[in-house]
Amino acid sequence: MRIQSLIAWFDERLSISTLVAIARKKEVPLHRHSIWYYFGGMTLFLFTVQVVTGILLLLYYRPSSESAFESVQFIITEVKFGWLIRSIHSWSANLMIATLFIHMFSVFFLRAYYPPREITWVSGVFLLFIVICFGFSGYLLPWNKLAFFATKVGTEIAGVVPVVGRPILRFLRGGDDVTGATLTRFFGFHVAVLPATATVFIAIHVLMVQMHGMSVPPKLLGQPVKKMKFVPNFILRDLIGWILAIGVLAALAALFPWELGEKADAFASAPAGIKPEWYFLFMFQTLKWLPAKILGMDGEVLGIMAFNIVALLLFIVPFVDRSDNRRRRLIFNLLGVLALLFIVVMTIVGYVT
Amino acid sequence: MQNIFGDKSTDPKHALKPTRRRFLDYLLGTSAFATLGAIFYPIFKFMQPPQIIESAENSVVAAKLSEIPTNSGKIFKFGNKPGIVLRTPAGELKAFSAVCTHLECIVQYRPDTKQIWCACHNGQYNLNGKNIGGPPPRPLEEYKVNTRGDDIVVTRS
Repeated sequence: MRIQSLIAWFDERLSISTLVAIARKKEVPLHRHSIWYYFGGMTLFLFTVQVVTGILLLLYYRPSSESAFESVQFIITEVKFGWLIRSIHSWSANLMIATLFIHMFSVFFLRAYYPPREITWVSGVFLLFIVICFGFSGYLLPWNKLAFFATKVGTEIAGVVPVVGRPILRFLRGGDDVTGATLTRFFGFHVAVLPATATVFIAIHVLMVQMHGMSVPPKLLGQPVKKMKFVPNFILRDLIGWILAIGVLAALAALFPWELGEKADAFASAPAGIKPEWYFLFMFQTLKWLPAKILGMDGEVLGIMAFNIVALLLFIVPFVDRSDNRRRRLIFNLLGVLALLFIVVMTIVGYVT
Repeated sequence: MQNIFGDKSTDPKHALKPTRRRFLDYLLGTSAFATLGAIFYPIFKFMQPPQIIESAENSVVAAKLSEIPTNSGKIFKFGNKPGIVLRTPAGELKAFSAVCTHLECIVQYRPDTKQIWCACHNGQYNLNGKNIGGPPPRPLEEYKVNTRGDDIVVTRS
């Protein structure tokens, strides 16, 4: 009875029963595309893995050009399970970007952004770019050679954008070149600015999903759709996925520990065979293939502007494609398939060459 | 026309009179703007890294003659930027900026192709620093090379 009254005391102050009622009411539609519902939750799970392992790494990491490399070396060689935590942080980051891409493309092809879910989509696109910034800023932190050149090229890409490029480049680098000042800034972005921003957008994104419920693909709208309780049926299935993910992460970390490489040197040539992380490979390969001059403009400027425009177009997808009509469906499916093909083919080419 | 002295059509009660409320609103509005400006201007300026004056170094000892045999190259520090000094297969000494004109990676000398090569995006330059293949849009900046005893002295031209 003591417990009953304790629950009543909290309920009166926090309205727990309302939340419980909402959770009980939540249902997940069952149909042949239901599998895609798991990828959003999986991305969120991997994000929490990032938060936990990231906080652990903060206990030993030192953000300066003199000691960053050495502190990561210390983590993976001296600290108990340091190799495991660091490898899981790197692997989980990569898997998170993979599940995020799968989630985005499945939402795109199943038209889950139709009204009233436009803001859910837009907040998701913001999260995509936040996660890419997480990846880019975190990559520099071990201060190794690959990271140094990746950051040089990446910030230079921002720098070639007309008018605003140069100030953005100096803001990102903390000066004209990639130095210890850049490392300090990236560290700040990675552990303070981005987590705070991500938290806000995740809150909006998840709240929107609760408000509107799970989207049913427009093709199935007229038909009777079976449903599954979110609590406990769906969440238990989610849980199995998360346990599997932990297993995969541990296996990857043990079998393929993330390499540290050589310490960055501002006065050494870029090593042969240098490549960015796989999720930047398709852009990397495009930049490699673009000729030096296109219609009198520098090739890379044109390429980078094109990528920027495509990124902006992502935001307006739900405002352009608002309802199910045959011609528009065909066009958007075609655009989606082309984008997917381009990314996949260029990634493979970038990987093997 | 709306102005700080009031307006007959929107505020008939205080027609044609400079009302105290409007005046106070105006003061409050402008000071709110000024306060926001005073807060955000320093924040915005703080985020811009200060311009560090580049060292006026115009020449530097890049390497020893013995360090660079025929058909090889070496990266050296020129102020806070990297340069590359190389000896061509014909035995001539040359020096260039080592910053690739494509996306600022650091180039290297390739003895097998006898070219200057950037590993990042496969940019190629010939031994005069001219961009001859891959994405680089411009040639590398060339420096003057002199020898002083065993020292190779590189000078910005």
